Amino acid sequence: MADEKTTDAKMTDETSTGGKKPAPSRRSILGWGGAGLALGAAAAGGTAAALRGGDDASPSASAGDAVPFFGDNQAGIATAVQDRLHFASFDVTTTDRAALVKLLQEWTAAAARMTAGHEVGEGAIGDNEELPPDDTGEALGLKPSRLTLTFGVGPGLFEKDGKDRFGLKSRRPKALIDLPAFPGDNLDAARSGGDLCVQACADDPQVAVHAIRNLARIGMGRVAIRWSQLGFGKTSSTTPDAQTPRNMMGFKDGTRNIAGTENDRLGKYVWVGQKDGPDWMVGGSYLVARRIRMHIETWDRTSLKEQEDVFGRDKSEGAPQGMQRERDEPNLKAMKDTAHVRLAHPDSNHGVTILRRGYSFTDGTDGLGRLDAGLFFIAYQKDVRDGFVPLQTQLAAKDALNEYIQHVGSAVFAVPPGVRGKDDWWGKALFA
Amino acid sequence: MRVLRSSAVTAVAAAAALTAVSGCAEKSDSKGSDAVNVTASDDKCELSKTSFPAGHVKINVQNKGSKVTEVYVYAPDDRIVTERENIGPGTKAEITATIKAGSYEVACKPGMKGDGIRQKITVTGGGAEKKSDPALDKAVAEYRKYVQQQADETIPAAQKFADAVKNGDLDEAKKQYAVSRTGWERTEPVAESFGDIDPKVDVREDGLEKDQKWTGWHKLEKSLWDDKKISDDDKKLADQLMTDLKDWQKRVGTAEITPTSMANGAKELLDEVYRNKITGEEERYSHTDLIDFEANVDGAEKAYGLLKPVASKHDPELTKELDKQFDAVKKALGDYREGDSFKSYDTVGKDDRKKLSDAVNALSEPLSKLAAAVAK
Repeated sequence: MADEKTTDAKMTDETSTGGKKPAPSRRSILGWGGAGLALGAAAAGGTAAALRGGDDASPSASAGDAVPFFGDNQAGIATAVQDRLHFASFDVTTTDRAALVKLLQEWTAAAARMTAGHEVGEGAIGDNEELPPDDTGEALGLKPSRLTLTFGVGPGLFEKDGKDRFGLKSRRPKALIDLPAFPGDNLDAARSGGDLCVQACADDPQVAVHAIRNLARIGMGRVAIRWSQLGFGKTSSTTPDAQTPRNMMGFKDGTRNIAGTENDRLGKYVWVGQKDGPDWMVGGSYLVARRIRMHIETWDRTSLKEQEDVFGRDKSEGAPQGMQRERDEPNLKAMKDTAHVRLAHPDSNHGVTILRRGYSFTDGTDGLGRLDAGLFFIAYQKDVRDGFVPLQTQLAAKDALNEYIQHVGSAVFAVPPGVRGKDDWWGKALFA
Repeated sequence: MRVLRSSAVTAVAAAAALTAVSGCAEKSDSKGSDAVNVTASDDKCELSKTSFPAGHVKINVQNKGSKVTEVYVYAPDDRIVTERENIGPGTKAEITATIKAGSYEVACKPGMKGDGIRQKITVTGGGAEKKSDPALDKAVAEYRKYVQQQADETIPAAQKFADAVKNGDLDEAKKQYAVSRTGWERTEPVAESFGDIDPKVDVREDGLEKDQKWTGWHKLEKSLWDDKKISDDDKKLADQLMTDLKDWQKRVGTAEITPTSMANGAKELLDEVYRNKITGEEERYSHTDLIDFEANVDGAEKAYGLLKPVASKHDPELTKELDKQFDAVKKALGDYREGDSFKSYDTVGKDDRKKLSDAVNALSEPLSKLAAAVAK
């Protein structure tokens, strides 16, 4: 919602990056180490297609398939956006660096199993009836559902209350800033921040919830959930040929997002490169999450004309104002100065471009009978200082949409590169 | 109080094994000559035989001493298999019980005090109970002693509370309320295994079943803190509470306790904390939740400490983690200590409650693996 995407690269006609092609078999995934994963999750579907003809004779691919866990980049960023989200932020409660490292190793092993559609540990039933089962069991019988688990580290891991908690202070990337306060923010500390995060995306909500629940359980005594957010509807797609989803305001949003197949734009705006550094972040990205509450009731009482003026798009087709089709190049001058699309467009922001992966949420109603709904905004970028910060500075100051929304939660995380093999684990290079 | 009625510690089994009622119909195969004769005196406990077949057993007691005596049959873990109290000087009593094969002890307690004068007996026959680990028997016996001691200490503490209520002394009753509950809270899973006592003494208003009269601690809690007055009915309830607690004190020794049920009981105590204390539901009027919290943790740690020698052999990593997390919970709780008590829980904010909740989670996860480590 906070931005409109640039078109510095030509929209590609390539097919979807996932969801429509068969995923590789388990054996293919396991035997698929190192350099073969150069494209990582970004090209999951395509690579999977190339591997077809292995021992996976499955004729149809669907939302049930597995997305490869191992790769140069973590899955869940350029991966074709799944239908559901469970995002969790954790506080590290242990003060013991070795205990934290052990947790990350255990998490990685569990994540590799769950994304492949397996149970964690000894499974959901187990053979010792005196023991609580390792896996909580609610995903038994469900498909992998394109589950991705994306791991990040927040500023608090490097320094908290002036303390260098784990000897990592000097390794904090410059790009991992504490976000500045923006005008209009009404942030709830209990829904903001966190030392670690895991973004679980899947086509089946129960698979996403199961993943976070089991990671949280494994983490008890070392980490504790600080907050978590369920998202039920994707609001952006990284697959341009797919139908652009509508947000809770009824508008198509994220039309010009970076596609998972656009390796040049991903390299330019999303993945941290060798020259960007630090070394442990190369192949990683930076995640900004914002819980944006929408004043649904007042929006619904707003005339169609005003709604379209606020966004700068036509509600029916999603076309930029003054144009005919959704994917027509926007004519920014045809929009009001305060239109959301105009203000978020790269041309209004010196080319600033981010990859969006947000989800609509509805957490029931608040105590006043109003729908507690909005957008859980997730953006990935190479550097927060060149991405979300300038963009939100502009939007917070001028966006006509501000009358109908409020940012109530905020967090920023450094998302390390992908796990490259069996001896690798989430954040290994950071702790090296 | 607990919500679910399924405790790992079941008194039902114990009650079934115990048919020590005096009027118990004597079976034809239990002839006089098969009976075990116990001659009790002030310093002796003599048995006519120390080995007899399993099944229906008749014990004839004769008190030749000058003091009132009791006779008990104990299992190796000190569970009471059967018992008879109040056998006056010069009188006889007959006890019948169904006893499974195994090793037991008969105890005479002249003056009805202490561990008694004990004699080992062997009950022979097939279907013997699995041979138990002496280290675990010792743990269970020690825990049984602890449970009894908690019940014994509760009675005078609860009496002070009941007396204050009966005197209409609101301030004194408030002062004695939480203290009177400590022994119960420390051993709650065992106390709750007597399905009929918990609903009388520790039920909350929302836990009442249809047509159930609200009695016990929490009804009085509401009167003291919410209504701010003591009614005539409350005074009767104070007496009722004492009657019910004495019933508990008397029966608690018969509870079926196994190493596994001790371990699960420890976990259940932390479950109690997680469900009812962290949320402030248990003591919603008095806000003395942290006192219960500590008692629950004490009781869990006691059971764990007794099982630790065995558990640490099977799973040293687990016991190391449990030691660490018990300390962490106690430390977290310590932040709210005020004099010899705790802060009123309504003054503990959401952030602080979350910290306590996280600490309880950190302990409860490994604690859920203790039973398996003991049973290995």
